[in-house]
Amino acid sequence: MPTPLLAELSDRLIYSAIAVYALAMLTYAYQAARRSQSPAQRSRLVEAVAVGGPSASPAPPPNPAAVSRPAPAARRPERIAAALTTLAFVLHLAGVLARGLAASRAPWGNMYEFTTAATLAATAAYLVFLRRQPVRDLGVWILALVTLSLGLAVTVLYTPAGDLVPALNSYWLVIHVAAAIIAGGVFTVGAAATALYLLRRRADARDAGVAVAGYAGRLPAARTLEDIAHTAHLFAFPVWTFAVLAGAIWAEDSWGRYWGWDPKETWAFITWVLYAAYLHAQSTAGWRGTKAGWLALAGYAAFLFNFVGVNLFINGLHSYAGV
Amino acid sequence: MAVPRRPTGGGATAWARWAWRTLTSMRTAVLLLLALALAAVPGSLLPQRGVAFDPGAVTRFNRDNPTLGPWLDRLGFFEVYSSPWFAAIYLLLMVSMTGCVLPRAARLWESARAEPPRAPTNLARLDDHRRATVTVERAQVLQAAAVHLRARRFRVVVDEHSVRAEKGYLREVGNLVFHLSLLVLLFGVAIGSLFGFEGRVIVVEGASFTNTRLQYDEFTPGPLTDAEALTPFSLTLDDFTAEFETSGPQRGSARDFQADVTVLRTPGGASEAVTVKVNHPLRVEGTKVFLTGNGYAPVVSVRDGRGQTVFTGPVVFAPVDGNLSSEGVIKIPDAQPTQLGFEGFFLPTASIDPQVGPRSLYPDLLDPQLLLTAYTGDLGLADGAPQSVFRLDKSDLTQVMTGDEPFARALAPGESMTLPDGQGTLTFESVSRFANFQIAQDPGKETALAAAVALLLGLTVSLAVRRRRIWIRVTDTPTGGAFTLEAATYALTRRGPVPDELSSVLAALPGTEPAGTDPSPHDRED
Repeated sequence: MPTPLLAELSDRLIYSAIAVYALAMLTYAYQAARRSQSPAQRSRLVEAVAVGGPSASPAPPPNPAAVSRPAPAARRPERIAAALTTLAFVLHLAGVLARGLAASRAPWGNMYEFTTAATLAATAAYLVFLRRQPVRDLGVWILALVTLSLGLAVTVLYTPAGDLVPALNSYWLVIHVAAAIIAGGVFTVGAAATALYLLRRRADARDAGVAVAGYAGRLPAARTLEDIAHTAHLFAFPVWTFAVLAGAIWAEDSWGRYWGWDPKETWAFITWVLYAAYLHAQSTAGWRGTKAGWLALAGYAAFLFNFVGVNLFINGLHSYAGV
Repeated sequence: MAVPRRPTGGGATAWARWAWRTLTSMRTAVLLLLALALAAVPGSLLPQRGVAFDPGAVTRFNRDNPTLGPWLDRLGFFEVYSSPWFAAIYLLLMVSMTGCVLPRAARLWESARAEPPRAPTNLARLDDHRRATVTVERAQVLQAAAVHLRARRFRVVVDEHSVRAEKGYLREVGNLVFHLSLLVLLFGVAIGSLFGFEGRVIVVEGASFTNTRLQYDEFTPGPLTDAEALTPFSLTLDDFTAEFETSGPQRGSARDFQADVTVLRTPGGASEAVTVKVNHPLRVEGTKVFLTGNGYAPVVSVRDGRGQTVFTGPVVFAPVDGNLSSEGVIKIPDAQPTQLGFEGFFLPTASIDPQVGPRSLYPDLLDPQLLLTAYTGDLGLADGAPQSVFRLDKSDLTQVMTGDEPFARALAPGESMTLPDGQGTLTFESVSRFANFQIAQDPGKETALAAAVALLLGLTVSLAVRRRRIWIRVTDTPTGGAFTLEAATYALTRRGPVPDELSSVLAALPGTEPAGTDPSPHDRED
C-alpha cells in the first residue's frame, strides 16, 4: 500500500535536488566562464592525470572535488560545484529510495520514476568519474541534462506512487530496468565526453599550430576527452548488452517469445548496434576519432529516443509502462 | 585491418581475394553495422505484419495511403525483419565477422604457443619505461623478475640479457567467444523460427482448449514445424479473476489477473489444477502457455421467429479500451425464418454519453450493459469463406428498424429484447470472462540462451582484460660497479598498460635502485 507521507517526502526531496542541481550547474558555468580570465588557465592541460581506466589512480582522493590540479584558489568554485552536486545527489538518492519505499517496489515502474532513477544514475556515474578522471568540464552539461530531465519529470511525466500493472510484476523489472538505468547513466558521461571531444578536436584542426582559443581551448586535450569517453563506453556497453538480454529473457517469460521486434526492442537493438559500430570504429583506420565519436553520439541519441520517442509516440507492447 | 588495395591486372583469383579481404575488413564491418542500425529503423515506425501488437495496422495504413502503401509493401517495408535486404545486411555482417575472426583465432593459437617476442632495441620509446641500477648478479635479478612475473601469471621467457613476458591472451579469447556466440545465437533464432510455432486462442470461463492446430484462433507455424505433432495437452478455464485499482488517480488500472485452469498434460492422464498469471506461464513439455489478455463474453440466449431456442452461450466481445469497453457481434445462422445478426457494445460499467457515445467507466462489472442493434437476412456463412467473429458481413443483411430509427436496446443482465414483427427474442443472461492465451514452442531458445550467456561473458572479458608485454633488460657491462636495468611495458590494447604494474615488478627485484622514469613520447596527456 502506498504510504502517502513517504510519497510526499519523495516528491519534496526531488524538488530540493532539482534546486541544488541548478545551483551546482550555475557554479560550474561560472567556473568555466571565469577560467578564461585566469592567467594560469593553460596549466591545467599538463596536469598529471593518468588516464587508463577506472583503476587509473591508485589512491583516489577522499573528496571528489580534490582532483589533482594546480592553483588551489582558482579551484574553489569547482570544489563548491562538486560539493553541491554531491549534496543534490544525496537528496535525489533519498527521493528515489523514498519513492521505492512508498510504493513497496523498485522505484522505476513508470516513466516518471524511470526518469528520476536514470538521472540519478547519470549523476552517480559523473561523480564516480570525477574521483579518477579529469571530467569536471563535463559537469555543466551533465547537470544541465539532469536538471532539465528532472524538471520535465515533475511537471509533465509526474505519476503518483502506486502499484504496478500485472505485466510489470516481476523480479525481472528490477534486473532488466536497473541494468538499463546504469548503462544509461554511464552512456551519458560517455556522450558528454564525446561531444566535448568533437568540439575540442574541431577547434584543434581549425587553430592548428597555435593556441586554441575560446571555450574549446579551455577544455582538456582531445586525447584525454576521447579516453574518458572510451572508458565510459567500455563499461556501459556490456551493461547495456546485459540489459537487452535480461529483457529478452523476461519477454520470453511474459509474452512467449524472447524477441519480437517490438519498437522498444528494436530501438534497444539499434542502440546496441550503433555502440558496437563505435567500438569497432575505434580500432579502424580512417574511422578512429571524429567518425567514431559521431557513432557514439548516434548511439546515445537512439538510447534517448527509445526512452522518450518510443514511449510517447509509438504504440507497442511496452506502452503500458505509462507516462 | 587496413583497407586492401585493389589488384592491378591479375586474374579472377586476385579479384576474389581482394573482394574477400574487403568484406572481412574492419571498415566493412563498421559500415555494415551502421547499415544494420539504419535498416532496423523503418520497422519501428511503419506497421509490421509479423509483429503481433496490432494485426490490423498494415491494412489500415494501406487504406490511408493507397499510393505509397503498395510500393512500401513491394519493397518489404511491412516485413522489414524478414525482408531480403535486411537479411542481406546481417548475413553479410556474419560472413564478414567470421572471415575476420577465424584468422584471428589462428593467430591467437600461434601466438599463445610462440614465445613472447624479443624486446625492441629502443625500450625508451614504449608506453612506460624505467631505468634502475643493479648491484647484484645479473642472472639473479632476471631470475627474480621471471619468478615474480610468473606469479602474476605472465608467460615468461628468460635469456642471457633479458626477461620477456606477455599476459592477457584471455582478451582475444573473449573477443572470439563473443563473435562466435553471435553465430550460435543466430543459429538458435533460426531453429526457433523454422521448427517452432506461435498461436493464440481465446478461452471463455468453463470452456476447454485442446492443443491441436484447428482449435487455435491464430496459428503461425515455422516452415518446418510439424503441426500434426503438437504436445497433446488440453486445458479448461475454470475461473478467471481480475483485480483493478479501486481508488486514487490510477483507479481502473489493472492490478492482478489470474486464470485458474485444469490441465490434462497427456490425454487420459491425471488432471491437475494450475494457476496461470501474467509473467507466470504454464509449461507442458516444450510448450508454454502465457496469459496475455482478457475481456468479457456476455452469455445470451436467442429464440427465433418460430419461438425455438436456437442459441445459448457466451459470445466473446473484443475490448477496445482500458476500461474494457468491448465491441462484438452475435451471429445466429440457425434462426428461422430468417438468420439473425446482432452488433453492439458490452460495457462493464456503462455510461451512455451523448457526446462520446457509449463507453465503460471502469473495467470491473459495476453496471454491466449490453447495447445491441439487430440485422436480418443472410449472414454470408454458407459459402464457407472465413469471416471475422467480431464483424458482420452486411452485404446481404437488412438492419431492423423501428420507424425511421434503427432498432437498438440497452440490456442489463436478466433483461430481454424482442425484435419487431416477432422475428426473435434475445435474452442477456449473465456475463463470463474470457482469457487470451498465447501458446508457443521454440526449440531454439535454449541454444539462443546459451549463446547469449557466452556472448555476455566473452564481451565482458574482451573489454576488461588488457593484453600487454613487459621487457626487462640488464646491460652487459657494469658502469661504476653497477649494471643498468631497463624495463618497459607495451599495451596491445587501446586502454594502455595496467597502471603501476611495472613499478611493482621492479620493486620486487633484489639489489635494484630506481633511476627515474623517462617521459615517453606516448604520454597520454598529449
